[in-house]
Amino acid sequence: MKFSEEFEQRFAEMVTHYPTKRSALVPTLLYAQDEVGFLSDEVISELASRLALTELEVRNVISYYSMLTTKPRGKFNVQVCTNIACMLRGGEELLHHCSKKLGIGHKGTTPDGMFTLEEVECIGACSWAPAVQVNYDFHENLTTEKMDKVLDEYKKRGTQ
Amino acid sequence: MAELVSHPDEIKVVTRRFGMGATNIDRYLELDGYKAVQKALAMPPDDVINLVKNSGLRGRGGAGFNTGMKWSFVPKQSPKPKYVLCNGDESEPGTCKDRLIFEHDPHSVIEGVMIAAIAVQSHAGYIYIRGEYRYLSVIMQKALQDAYARGFLGKNIFGSGYDLDIYWHGGAGAYEVGEESALMESLEGKRGIPRIRPPFPAVVGLWGGPTVINNAETLASVPHIILGGAEWYASLGTPKNGGTRLFCLSGHLNRPGVYELPMGYNLKKMIYEVGGGIPNGRSLKAVVPGGSSTPALKPEEIDVAMDFDALMKAGSMLGSGGVVVLDDTTCMVKFALRTIKFYQHESCGWCIPCREGTDWLKKTLTRFHQGAGLMKDIDNIQYLSENMLGRTFCPLGDAAAMPTIAFVKKWRKEFEDHLEGRPCPFEKEGAIEQLPVLSH
Repeated sequence: MKFSEEFEQRFAEMVTHYPTKRSALVPTLLYAQDEVGFLSDEVISELASRLALTELEVRNVISYYSMLTTKPRGKFNVQVCTNIACMLRGGEELLHHCSKKLGIGHKGTTPDGMFTLEEVECIGACSWAPAVQVNYDFHENLTTEKMDKVLDEYKKRGTQ
Repeated sequence: MAELVSHPDEIKVVTRRFGMGATNIDRYLELDGYKAVQKALAMPPDDVINLVKNSGLRGRGGAGFNTGMKWSFVPKQSPKPKYVLCNGDESEPGTCKDRLIFEHDPHSVIEGVMIAAIAVQSHAGYIYIRGEYRYLSVIMQKALQDAYARGFLGKNIFGSGYDLDIYWHGGAGAYEVGEESALMESLEGKRGIPRIRPPFPAVVGLWGGPTVINNAETLASVPHIILGGAEWYASLGTPKNGGTRLFCLSGHLNRPGVYELPMGYNLKKMIYEVGGGIPNGRSLKAVVPGGSSTPALKPEEIDVAMDFDALMKAGSMLGSGGVVVLDDTTCMVKFALRTIKFYQHESCGWCIPCREGTDWLKKTLTRFHQGAGLMKDIDNIQYLSENMLGRTFCPLGDAAAMPTIAFVKKWRKEFEDHLEGRPCPFEKEGAIEQLPVLSH
């Protein structure tokens, strides 16, 4: 299995950064997931082989890290923080609002495959709470109105 | 985005280049960048260690160990390679400061890693950034690339004859991985399960070699200390607590934001003058002084100096600098519940007291907040938490237990008010009945 040119170049370089190839596993899994959408059996098998690991060893690692998934997700993963600083400034209400608007719950995906919703732990935006991360983008100082605009923007982007 | 704020009481050391385009290497050089590392290259390594030791710089990740002293534990001779590892896995609830350093002054982190490497005579460093901070990883990777292109990294840096490589490394979502030994396990490509100590990382670390692990803010402080001197840095703070630190103000405040204030700054002043006090005419109920792992303080306890030693004396901790302010509309039982939910979710599962303890606490506090609590639960919550302390491979168990003990001891009345099926006195009209449950 081959990944994009960019991935292959990055991977070839990354494995030279460590005394053991295995060290490249965690960041590589995330880059592979970014590209393929989720960590499919094929991706797991490929990376295991490249890093001289068993598939079981790779799956053991995947199951530990919360950003990694072996199931397909929506185009946009809406990650709403409800930890203490965000909770104090309406994070739970924001999650509930997104859940109602999108019609899905935690780790659910909309039928059109556009959005997945996830309740997450602290994303490091406490002083700009309440905050949401959509894929890797931060959205901060939110209200339910602002959140609606954010979701509409992504919906537009996703249908182009 | 993550807006910058300021206050006249700030002393800008680590934040002095914020908002000045210092991600650009030429700009960084204009603003005294890469001068400190060249000074360090010309010093005996032990002098570098002693300078940092005498500055009073203590770990800004939360543990507050004297940085220079930690460096001094690295053996001079080592059959295995020595490493420097920058902990950029910022995930402590209430903490959002390393994020700003990566965003506005990434080269200062690189330079700090370089100086640490020179001090312990290591030739390889890693900057580990949490997976969610992808845009910051992109910035850091570019900064490293630029430093290599100028000959500041790689073979014969600055023409000094010293070889030094620094690599970026990314995580993929895990609070526990911010714990230094779990961080190493993660960097080695494994699940982030902590190691038992001793041996400590400075002696046996990455791939068995001596490893210095420091928080990103700690390392970003180092170049300023080299240039300004130990006396200067020490004088900014309080005895044995030198310098300044980035405080992340959040919660029920008029002016939340990240502010760089001297060590020992008064917490009451921080809340009311820097943070602008509590909005909507409400009053203060509690403050979490240093991230969710630190015991909360009551309003009568906030007249305290924000440094490691004063807070320890006050029964809490300076921690990561995450100052979370709660007003009187907050239910302390719900707040305690959300806090423990976090630890239960993030527990790596290795040690029984943590894995089972956080789970039992979460279940009990959930039942309690829903009105099905018993009087004996309150004492059991405290008793179980106390039995978790000091019985785990890593401090996550303590981080879950200590705040819980404080909630139950200091706000016991509020727990009692939830007994006998009484509805939560703080639940707003039309509040959400069921919290969506975090699955693992």
